[in-house]
Amino acid sequence: MARSVTTQRKTINTVLAWAIGLLIFFPILWTILTSFKTEAQAINDPPIFLFFDWTLENYSVVQERSNYARFLWNSIFIAGGSTLLGVIIAIPAAWSMAFVPSKRTKDILLWMLSTKMLPAVGVLYPIYLLFIKFGLLDSVLGLTLVIMLINLPIIVWMLYTYFREIPVDILEAARMDGASLKSEILYVLTPMAVPGIASTLLLNFILAWNEAFWTLNLTAAKAAPLTAFIASYSSPEGLFYAKLSAASTMAILPILILGWFSQKQLVRGLTFGAVK
Amino acid sequence: MATKNSRSAARLMMAPAVILLLGWMLVPLTMTLWFSFRKYLPLRGGDLGWVGFDNYVRFVSSSSFWPSVQTTLIIVGGVLAITVVFGILLALLLDQPMWGQGIVRILVIAPFFVMPTVSALVWKNIFMDPVNGLFAHLWKFFGATPIEWLSQASVQSIVMIVSWQWLPFATLILLTAVQSLDSERLEASEMDGAKPLQRFGYIILPHLARAITIVVLIQTIFLLSIFAEIFVTTGGAFGTKTLSYLIFQRVLESQNIGLGSAGGIYAVILANIVAIFLMRIVGKNLDA
Repeated sequence: MARSVTTQRKTINTVLAWAIGLLIFFPILWTILTSFKTEAQAINDPPIFLFFDWTLENYSVVQERSNYARFLWNSIFIAGGSTLLGVIIAIPAAWSMAFVPSKRTKDILLWMLSTKMLPAVGVLYPIYLLFIKFGLLDSVLGLTLVIMLINLPIIVWMLYTYFREIPVDILEAARMDGASLKSEILYVLTPMAVPGIASTLLLNFILAWNEAFWTLNLTAAKAAPLTAFIASYSSPEGLFYAKLSAASTMAILPILILGWFSQKQLVRGLTFGAVK
Repeated sequence: MATKNSRSAARLMMAPAVILLLGWMLVPLTMTLWFSFRKYLPLRGGDLGWVGFDNYVRFVSSSSFWPSVQTTLIIVGGVLAITVVFGILLALLLDQPMWGQGIVRILVIAPFFVMPTVSALVWKNIFMDPVNGLFAHLWKFFGATPIEWLSQASVQSIVMIVSWQWLPFATLILLTAVQSLDSERLEASEMDGAKPLQRFGYIILPHLARAITIVVLIQTIFLLSIFAEIFVTTGGAFGTKTLSYLIFQRVLESQNIGLGSAGGIYAVILANIVAIFLMRIVGKNLDA
């Protein structure tokens, strides 16, 4: 809304918005700061905000004691693998629904969405049983598959909304020029689809990284990603604030950075194109 | 333009996604439905045969059922109220001209990207711990006795943690909607002498109605199945057992699969009722 405003009003807006913004961000900021304190400073009363002896010790201790790198690797593999696999399966589906729609396209899309709304807890035991039967319990592969499946509807939807924005006229022009289906996809469609695909990859990587129902229930020591590793801090290690903070900071920082790039896609992806 | 050829090609391209999701939906759901009609105790005798609707009756007549429904309603309702009200206010504020708007936006959105186990643990220990938590320090500073948040005000604490996680989502969607508001209409109303509250009630709020509905529906679906926030903070103690947490306990902790599965079917039905409304809106949008 472009309207002329006085400097005074702009100043009030700025102060208010920054105060609220910092308040909301404070728990994250505090966690990051605490990760650089010693354990004694972390629980000091009164709390120390900035003037403490900055140390990196917590980070090395977390890695040494719990082999943090392995959980990190599990997270990267599960989030990355499930996203890639999901996009590979979803691209042809979304492409055909966007460019060769039929009467049933809408129903199929809505049905896919409905599978996303199935409460996980309702199928917990069957999945648990199937995992035992196929030897997938506590395996990175099993978790990758499950997380791919729970995010597949969102991936199809996001890609579909992006593909639908590609003008069909261009495809028809290419066809008239004698382009085959293969070259149509390769040279006309792909370049225009890349931004949408990249956004989809980004958002779904974030969602998969933070998934905390199946990761907690289907893994033990071997395949646990960071969500489950952090949960193991609930007691008694949780009382070591500085180390808890260091482990938390490492788990959320990469996603915070990726997340800031995906603000716009977040709205589109999570409202299934209903709000753009 | 679509030839017979391209139609069958399209069907073929859709097949993997459709078949996978169909399997993912039908196989476990059929199993849950099957178990829900059986007395099935893996650790105490295994599958003990058909019991008809016994599990369904026992699930709703157990002493933990109604408290869990109440907790679920308080958590879902509380978080929805907080995130929608503050989300609208924040969206309106962030839409105003200011310095450093981009950075403020980033600060506000950040909690959404924090994994649930981290936010639950950070709030539980670093903020809400009755001895060393930041709130305890604050309370002592003002001469008050620190609150044992997660046992004395357990449900409220969880509402607070979850609201912190979901406020960014509501804000972001409502902000997107606010930004699509036609500024000329606002200016016209201003010239006609409409007061700020009237502008909000008659122009802004109706414009946001659709976005608010979407926020409410999507959040309800996610909030009905929050898990990690309860799992790492109270483990379902102190009256924080939601319906889905109760089902989780029946299935994995007490290993009463029949009873848990009946609960699971209730949860599926409940989620579907919400989903129908959401799909109507999303579906309408597809036609447009």
